[in-house]
Amino acid sequence: MAPDGTSKTPPEAPGKGLLRFLTCGSVDDGKSTLIGRLLYDSKLILEDQLVALARDSRKHGTTGDDIDLALLVDGLEAEREQGITIDVAYRFFSTPKRSFIVADTPGHEQYTRNMATGASGSEAAVILVDARKGVLTQTRRHSYICSLLGIRHVVLAVNKIDLVDFSPERFHHIVGDYFGFAQALGFESITSIPVSARFGDNVTSRSERLRWYEGPTLLEYLETVDADHELAARPFRFPVQWVNRPNLDFRGYSGTVASGSVTLGDRLVVAASGRESALVRIVTADGDLRSAQAGDAVTLVLADELDVARGDLLARTDARPEVVDQFAAHVLWMAEEPMLPGRSYLMRIGTRYVPARVTSLKHKIDVNTLEHIAAKTLALNEIGLCNLGSATPVAFDPYAENRETGAFILIDRFNNATAGA
Amino acid sequence: MLSRHLQRLEAESIEIMREVAAEFANPVMLYSIGKDSGVMLHMALKAFYPSKPPFPLLHIDTGWKFRDMIRHRDMIAERYGVRLLVYTNPEGLARGINPITSGSQLHTQVMKTEALKQALDKWGFDAAFGGARRDEEKSRAKERIFSFRSKGHVWDPRNQRPELWRLYNTRIGKGETIRVFPLSNWTELDVWQYTQAEDIPVVPLYFAAPRPVVLRDGLLIVRDDERLPLEPGERTQMRTVRFRSLGCYPLSAAVESTAATLEEIVAEMFAARTSERSGRVIDADEAASMEKKKREGYF
Ligand SMILES: Nc1nc2c(ncn2[C@@H]2O[C@H](COP(=O)(O)OP(=O)(O)O)[C@@H](O)[C@H]2O)c(=O)[nH]1
Repeated sequence: MAPDGTSKTPPEAPGKGLLRFLTCGSVDDGKSTLIGRLLYDSKLILEDQLVALARDSRKHGTTGDDIDLALLVDGLEAEREQGITIDVAYRFFSTPKRSFIVADTPGHEQYTRNMATGASGSEAAVILVDARKGVLTQTRRHSYICSLLGIRHVVLAVNKIDLVDFSPERFHHIVGDYFGFAQALGFESITSIPVSARFGDNVTSRSERLRWYEGPTLLEYLETVDADHELAARPFRFPVQWVNRPNLDFRGYSGTVASGSVTLGDRLVVAASGRESALVRIVTADGDLRSAQAGDAVTLVLADELDVARGDLLARTDARPEVVDQFAAHVLWMAEEPMLPGRSYLMRIGTRYVPARVTSLKHKIDVNTLEHIAAKTLALNEIGLCNLGSATPVAFDPYAENRETGAFILIDRFNNATAGA
Repeated sequence: MLSRHLQRLEAESIEIMREVAAEFANPVMLYSIGKDSGVMLHMALKAFYPSKPPFPLLHIDTGWKFRDMIRHRDMIAERYGVRLLVYTNPEGLARGINPITSGSQLHTQVMKTEALKQALDKWGFDAAFGGARRDEEKSRAKERIFSFRSKGHVWDPRNQRPELWRLYNTRIGKGETIRVFPLSNWTELDVWQYTQAEDIPVVPLYFAAPRPVVLRDGLLIVRDDERLPLEPGERTQMRTVRFRSLGCYPLSAAVESTAATLEEIVAEMFAARTSERSGRVIDADEAASMEKKKREGYF
C-alpha cells in the first residue's frame, strides 16, 4: 500500500502475470505515439520525464505546442533528430491487472531485423495501420514476420481514426482488407480496434466518438489476452548450457528447461548420442527440487557418467526430438550481403553452434501476396524457404511444435554478424 | 517465496549469466555496489551453485564513492568469498581529476569511462556484466542484452546485432568485447521486491536516516566528507533522506523520505512520481547525454 492508502501497482498482478507484446506497422502509423499514450494514461510518466518531454517536444516535436508523446520512446539522438524509429525500445508499465513489457519496433523496411528482434520475444502483437492509408506493404510484412516468429494473438489497431471522421465504413473496409490477407497466416486470434493514439480514443478509455464500436479498448484487450505458450504441455527439452563441476564428486548440467517438465527418476536421453541415464537430482541454490518445468533454471544430475557437454539436448526417452543433418526452414535474411546457397555459416540452435550451409533456396516469399517466387539468393529483409545441411547432426523439433527447440540463427563466419533466422 | 513474475525474471537472468560463463574465455562482473549490482551478484551465486561464479568482480573506484559504499563492498566480497578487483585510473588520480573542480563531465569521462576501458584492457576481459536496466533511461531502453563493442569499446547504437528469441550471438573477433545486461527486463520495483524477498544486503544509504545535506541547485547533496567545499551562504543541515541511486557522492542527490526498511521502500515505489535517475547530476545535462557516454564506452 502506498502511504496515501491507494495501491497503484499491486506487488503481483493476479492471475495473468506479465505480457510481452510489440507494436509494429509502417512508418508514421503512430506506434511511438500509441505507446506514449499508454504510458501517459496509465500515469506512468514521471514528473522529471514530463519536464524533459516538454523540452524535447519544443525542439523536435511534430505536434505544434502539444507534447509529442512519440518522443517518450524514441530514445536515440538520431531518432529524435530525424523523427524516425531505428531500433526497438522496451518500455515497462503496469495496471492493477497486469504488468507489461512493450517492444516499440521500427517501421522502415531497412530496420526489419530490429522489428524481428522485438517480435521474437513477444507473445502478442499490436499492428497499427493509418486509417487514411489502410493496409500497406509493411503491414503485411510485419504480420508475416510475426506469424513466422510464432506470435499467436494479433490486434489490428486502426489508428488516426480522428482523421477519417471516426468513420465505421472506413474501419470495416480496412478490417476486411486485412482479414483477406491475414487469414492465411494462422494466427489464433485477430482483434480489430479503431483508435486515436494522439487523442486517446479507445486506448485506455472508451471513446464517446466511436459509439458504434462495441469491442474492448486496447488496454482491456491487453489485460486479458492469453499469453500462455503452452510450453509446459510440450515434451521435455533441456539444452545443456554449462557443465557444473565444482569438484570431483559433483557433475551437473546447468540450463533452463525449454519445454515440458521432468521429475526425479525419469529416464533421460542425450538426443544426439542416444545415451540414456536416470535423473537423480534437480539442484538449485534454494535446495533440491522433485520436479522442474518449462522456464526453470536448474542443474540436473544423472545416475551415470555420460559424455554430456554444452550444446547437447536432454529429452525424456519416451518423447525424443528429431536428430538430422538435413532440413527445411523459413529464413529471414538480416545481413547486407545476400544469402548465398553453398556458403558456410555458423548456426546456433539451442545452446549449440554448428557449421551449416544453405544447400538450396526453394523459393522466396512475396510478403504482399504470400506467393512463392523462384530465386537464387535472399537479399536483406527477404524471407525464403531453404534447405539446410549441418556439418554434424543436430537435435530439434519442428518450429510449429516448439519455438524453443525449433528456432535457430545463422552467423556470418567472417564478421560474426547475425545474418539470418 | 518469490512471485511468479520474479521467478521468471530470475530464471532469465541466470540463463544469461550461464551463457557468458560457457562461451567467453575471460568474463568479469562490474560491481558498482548499488542495489542492482547486489541483485546481479546474488543471482550469480545462485546461477552456478554449487560452483562459485567463474568470474571476478570489478569495481571502478573514482575515489569519490560514499564511505559506506566502500565498507559495503569489502564486506560483500568477504562474505560471499568472491574475488574483487578494484581499479582507479592512475593518470586521473595523478592529475587530481575530481567531480568538484573538474566538473561532472570530465570526472565521469576520466574516472569512470576511461578507467573502465583501461581495466578491461589491463586484464583482457572479453565480456563484462553490467547491472543496467532498460527502464532506467531512454538509450538503455534500446540496448540489447548482449551488447556488442568493437575495438576500443565503441557502441554503435544505429547498427546493433539482431537478437532473436534467447539465441544470443556470443561470437566476437579479436579485440572486440561484449557487454551483457542480465537485468535488462527488470524494473526498479522488481529490484526492490527481489531484494526484500531474497534478503539481499544493501548499502545503508538506501534507507532513510538524518544526514548532513547541502541544498545545491535544487538537489540535496549529502556531505560525506570535508572535501566538498561549501559555497558562500551554504550550510549543512540535518535532513531525513535516502538515496534511490548511488554514485560519486557530490554527484548523487538524495531524496527526502522516511522509508527506513525494505518494506517501506517498496511502498514508496508504488507512489513514486519521479524517476530514479532524476537525482543524477550527470544525466540532467541533455537528453542525449547517456547515449553519448555509452558510445564512448560508459556502462
Ligand atoms: N491525428 C492523429 N495523429 C496521429 C495519431 N497517432 C499518431 N499521430 C501523428 O502521426 C505522426 C507519426 O506518429 P509516430 O508515433 O511518430 O509514428 P511511428 O513512426 O509509427 O512511431 C506524428 O506526427 C503523430 O503525432 C492519431 O491517432 N491521430
